Amino acid sequence: MYRYDTYDQTLVDERVAQFRDQMERYLAGRLSDAEFLPLRLQNGLYIQRHAPMLRIAIPYGMLSSRQLRALAGITRRYDRGYGHFTTRQNLQLNWPRLEDVPDILAELAQVQMHAIQTSGNCIRNTTTDQFAGIAGDEVEDPRPWCELIRQWSTLHPEFAYLPRKFKIAVTGADHDRAAIQVHDIGVRLWHDDAGGLRAQVLAGGGMGRTPMLGDVVCEDLPWQHLLTYLEACVRVYNQFGRRDNKFKARIKILVKALGIEEYRRRVEEEWAHLKDGPQTLTEAAVESARSHFPEPPRRDVSEAAIATYQQLRHDDRAFARFVTNNVTDHIVPGYKAVTLSLKRREHAPGDVTADQMEAVADLADVFGFGELRVTHQQNLVLSDVPVDEIEALWHKLQELGMANPTVGTLNDIICCPGGDYCALANAVSIPIAQAIQERFDDLDYLYDLGPLDLNISGCMNACGHHHVGNIGILGVDKKGEEYYQISLGGNSHDNASLGKILGPSFYREDVPGVIDKVLKVYVEQRHEDEHFIDTYRRIGIKPFKEHVYA
Amino acid sequence: MLSSALDRFHDALPETLPGSLLIKQGQPSQDAWHLSRDEEGLPAYRPAIVPLTLWQRHGDQEGLAPWLSSDTVLEPTLVDQLLRAPLIAIDFPAFTDGRGYTLARLLRERHGYEGEVRAIGDVLIDQLYYMTRCGFDALALRDDQPLEDALRWLKPFSVSYQPGVDVREALFERRLRETS
Ligand code: SF4
Repeated sequence: MYRYDTYDQTLVDERVAQFRDQMERYLAGRLSDAEFLPLRLQNGLYIQRHAPMLRIAIPYGMLSSRQLRALAGITRRYDRGYGHFTTRQNLQLNWPRLEDVPDILAELAQVQMHAIQTSGNCIRNTTTDQFAGIAGDEVEDPRPWCELIRQWSTLHPEFAYLPRKFKIAVTGADHDRAAIQVHDIGVRLWHDDAGGLRAQVLAGGGMGRTPMLGDVVCEDLPWQHLLTYLEACVRVYNQFGRRDNKFKARIKILVKALGIEEYRRRVEEEWAHLKDGPQTLTEAAVESARSHFPEPPRRDVSEAAIATYQQLRHDDRAFARFVTNNVTDHIVPGYKAVTLSLKRREHAPGDVTADQMEAVADLADVFGFGELRVTHQQNLVLSDVPVDEIEALWHKLQELGMANPTVGTLNDIICCPGGDYCALANAVSIPIAQAIQERFDDLDYLYDLGPLDLNISGCMNACGHHHVGNIGILGVDKKGEEYYQISLGGNSHDNASLGKILGPSFYREDVPGVIDKVLKVYVEQRHEDEHFIDTYRRIGIKPFKEHVYA
Repeated sequence: MLSSALDRFHDALPETLPGSLLIKQGQPSQDAWHLSRDEEGLPAYRPAIVPLTLWQRHGDQEGLAPWLSSDTVLEPTLVDQLLRAPLIAIDFPAFTDGRGYTLARLLRERHGYEGEVRAIGDVLIDQLYYMTRCGFDALALRDDQPLEDALRWLKPFSVSYQPGVDVREALFERRLRETS
């Protein structure tokens, strides 16, 4: 993974010094709340319901075991001994003390981490495919490109006060696992017929109050121009995005208002001046970025070992379930990626204790070359496990409670912190997730349902990505009471789509029952192995509506 | 009645008195330019920074310079006029309005303006570094900003990833140059 050189290190160290002084000036009353606000947000610090919240950046989800151990120590010393992995591949601390934050940032800097631009109206952490570099359907490893984008966007002098937050996602595979259509900018890397690397650039996707899918700004941008083109895209947004109304300030509103043709025209006009300028990428620059993501020193895995693994899968039902759901094919024969499920009934989705972080870091050292990935489904991935070690890993994960063989099923719920933690929430979300997990815990039933994304957000801000859940649940507030609106048909994978609202909202205690009814309609109506999303697309929302509100 | 009379009285006063908090080329400095936000008529004093539309009408006069509102679009005819200005100020109506950064970069990098580009309005200590990187060489601090803090935090970073008006080379280029 990317390792800092002295320049990167200097930059994060200087950032800590700057923020320490800003915090001192704030505590001394020399900076007002309003003036401190964007400064702390751009260092990941929110003021939340119970306490401050600190969001730590995990660039494009890549984490080393050393970093995870440092995070464990930090949560123990400065927080309550646990952290929360988010849908944007970051880690949140829910209980730090305001005045400790500069010290926390200093400790993070020691392991090449920071909280820069994890919040605020600026370019946020770039996200990508959790199987980058190892997926069979990949044409280009997106991580070096994410790193180039990270550097370009970090402390960008022109884009620290954008109209609103700005999120970029990159994929380099045939199947989009980075949900690029629901980001402010989505980048898909592909190869043209001559083998030349190009980028398809989408703009104007996003969730929140007015969810939209991105439109194509450029179909076939040659790779050399990625950064200058992004600069043009963001510059046009900075100049013309609305600043009078927070709810209309995202780039999607601008793209919609101008129309994609006019937005593209302005971007191209801008880009004409930036093209071939000092941020134009060269072979050498890209090679240097790539050199940070070498193939790990994998060993040979014998045919016999592979056969033994297959046999075990055949013989042991529990192991087979784990493999089917939590183990993903790898581009190198004999290797697999293993997903560690952070969806456990005793914990909120994405929550991990300090002890567990350390245990996982140890597993990463033993089974995964000391590296981990954070997924936007709030799980962790060990990306390089030889098949003859999967059984051993599986036993360890069982001990840790991270072997739930439910990845990708209804039980693998994506869920924001909601009303238990978040000051913006309309309603709680974690207890809803837990109630659903409790009700649908029969593995055979879950497998029978097949792949199904259920996503929960505690408010319009959609941190739980409810719009793109096959089933989405949104907390709404009606005259001070918590209700839940359910939508169907969202999808964040290829062919992304936004969910449609089923109808009037429900009481909290009715939600699992409603989900049950929705599933019954699906099971009745589906063709053989049809996935939920495909059945929905075929039959539409009406049969679901009729049954649920009957 | 009284209050509107007072307002008018205040409006008539130069907003930036000579000698107030100005940092030029990294140094605390004083200069003669007054700022007028009166859209109606030219102030009596000179030299004066006046709203763009006024300046366009009277730009041939000695001792006048324009200030641009943050939503200014740099159309070619406007740029031609601006290139003749002795100084261009860019207003930050609120420090959270980031359009001024783009305007300054465009004036410097696209249009090659070499005169003074001055930040006015809601200009706070923690914005100065980015402003400088975008091409502002004069920073008229908001009145309540402690000058000492401002000078201390003019350049919190000794290295930057992206090129700006200050450093023309992206860090990835510099790294390649240094290792080759
Ligand atoms: S979706 Fe709303 S409630 Fe949930 S974390 Fe985001 S802001 Fe908070």
